[in-house]
Amino acid sequence: MTTIPAPAATREALGPTLIRLQRAGADIVVVDADLGKSTSARSFKDAFPERFFTFGVAEQNMFSAAAGLATLGSTVFATTFAVFAEHAFDQLRMSIAQPLMNVKVVASHGGVSTGEDGASAQSIEDFALFSSLVNFSVVVPSDIVEAEAVIEAAVANSGPWYIRTGRPKLPVIYTEGPRFRLGKADMLRDGRDLTIVACGLLVERSLRAAEALAKDGIEARVLNMATLRPLDVEALEAAARETGAIVVAEEHLVYSGLGAMCAQALATRHPVPMEFVGVQDRYGESGTWDEVLDIMGLNAAGVTAAAHRVIARKR
Amino acid sequence: MVVSESTDLGALTRRLRRHIVTMVYDAKSGHIGGSMSAIDIMSVLYTRFLRHHPDDPAWAGRDRFIMSKGHCTPAQYALLAECGYFPVEELSTFRRRGGRLQGHSVLGKPGGVENSAGALGMGLSFGLGIRLGMRLRGMENKVVVLMGDGEQDEGQVWEAAMAAAHHEVDGLIALIDRNGIQNDDFTVNTMRSEPLDEKYRAFGWDVRAGVDGHDFAAIEDALRWAYSVRGKPACVIFNTTKGKGVSFMENNPNFHGAPPSDEQYAQAMAELAELEGAR
Repeated sequence: MTTIPAPAATREALGPTLIRLQRAGADIVVVDADLGKSTSARSFKDAFPERFFTFGVAEQNMFSAAAGLATLGSTVFATTFAVFAEHAFDQLRMSIAQPLMNVKVVASHGGVSTGEDGASAQSIEDFALFSSLVNFSVVVPSDIVEAEAVIEAAVANSGPWYIRTGRPKLPVIYTEGPRFRLGKADMLRDGRDLTIVACGLLVERSLRAAEALAKDGIEARVLNMATLRPLDVEALEAAARETGAIVVAEEHLVYSGLGAMCAQALATRHPVPMEFVGVQDRYGESGTWDEVLDIMGLNAAGVTAAAHRVIARKR
Repeated sequence: MVVSESTDLGALTRRLRRHIVTMVYDAKSGHIGGSMSAIDIMSVLYTRFLRHHPDDPAWAGRDRFIMSKGHCTPAQYALLAECGYFPVEELSTFRRRGGRLQGHSVLGKPGGVENSAGALGMGLSFGLGIRLGMRLRGMENKVVVLMGDGEQDEGQVWEAAMAAAHHEVDGLIALIDRNGIQNDDFTVNTMRSEPLDEKYRAFGWDVRAGVDGHDFAAIEDALRWAYSVRGKPACVIFNTTKGKGVSFMENNPNFHGAPPSDEQYAQAMAELAELEGAR
């Protein structure tokens, strides 16, 4: 009997991974806005106190200062919650994106799965904001194994990145090791009837949906689209051509996130019927993290229902 | 003309002012007023204090000048050109398609421009980050950030001011070009920022205020002081005149971001030439 890894939150990957990479010879500096315990960045301070700077509850200053630090050659990790990263959009644009600074924004507590804290704490716009910044890579890991690999890749590649991590403990998908490559979708399951494209915690939920669909004789391909930018348009086009229908599932506003980007990419390449699972035109509310996801329909049942709708349109 | 420590600052700054007026006149857009108020301060800094190599803009041992008031590119480009960073003739490409001399500062365009700006309020934070990075590496170099007084409206400036004092960042020098005018009106009408000196002191900075930003000796004295401050960041507040050097532009809110007419251009160039004597 194999050991099943314990569920873990993607946010837990940050501090330990950065400590490991710094010990291995990287030149990492971490900046923080008074949320280091929650983002796990603070453990880096304990290991490398001279390489950790807190800026207090002042995200604008933190992001511009991160850019200044990056001019000396360090890889700078700027950490806060996803909603508070949104607080400093122009600093992200003018201090980091336009001048192509090697700053990695790692924002935890992404999406509505922040749960109890309610609407103000639930980032449902961050994919849209960061994907609108020229030069930014935007990545959303689906489990802690992938999150570690994403952070490693961020250190190995220069330039601005946005990495959204999450609060809840999630089942581990990549039990046999990570397969993350920037800009490449990862096919977790193949199928001929439709493709489910997902990122973040919707990946595991989409895998469960695919199992449910299989019981109804529907074979779904599941793509983990961990990279939103640059988007893997080749994998998308292949999915459209080979399966003829696509469902996109994400923990984000439905009209401005991964689904919208996939639809735009396919519109010029190979349009097929699509359905979208995400947050509708509304803000979140308090509840446990999985209750809020259920309220929003961001669960296996929601993905399964969308799959049935898209299959019906295919016929 | 490549400037050096022995450069006649009076002649240099009159030449720079002619460049500024001509660039904005030719481009039919750009910011004369705040360029004219800042150029004397910048000229003393670049000729007497800043460690830099115009032929090697990325020299690792350089001090950094951060132009936070990123609309005053005419002053910055004119000075960089006269320092030898690029040919003076290139100033005619200001704001032109395909050129390097963008309307507002863009990092690396040309070499010597250390930051992207135009949205106000970010330069002090950016400079703070640079200085923290230098300190981490044991570098003694200075980071000098030039801000406007209208820019003090931006909340981010005060986030940076608080953080710089908290982290006891010496070697970070804020220069404020206090010309008293912002985009729409005099700062006292738009947003009162005084007493600026007391505000920076309360935030934990060492401050010198009331320095005449058009008196070369006073500027030099203030910068020498700022370069000597240890244990905390230093701020110099210069009293300046927007549009300094051209009679009808001086202290005139209409010359924040508007180009001169043909007649105004001719008069401005006559005034700036006259000051220098026979051209």
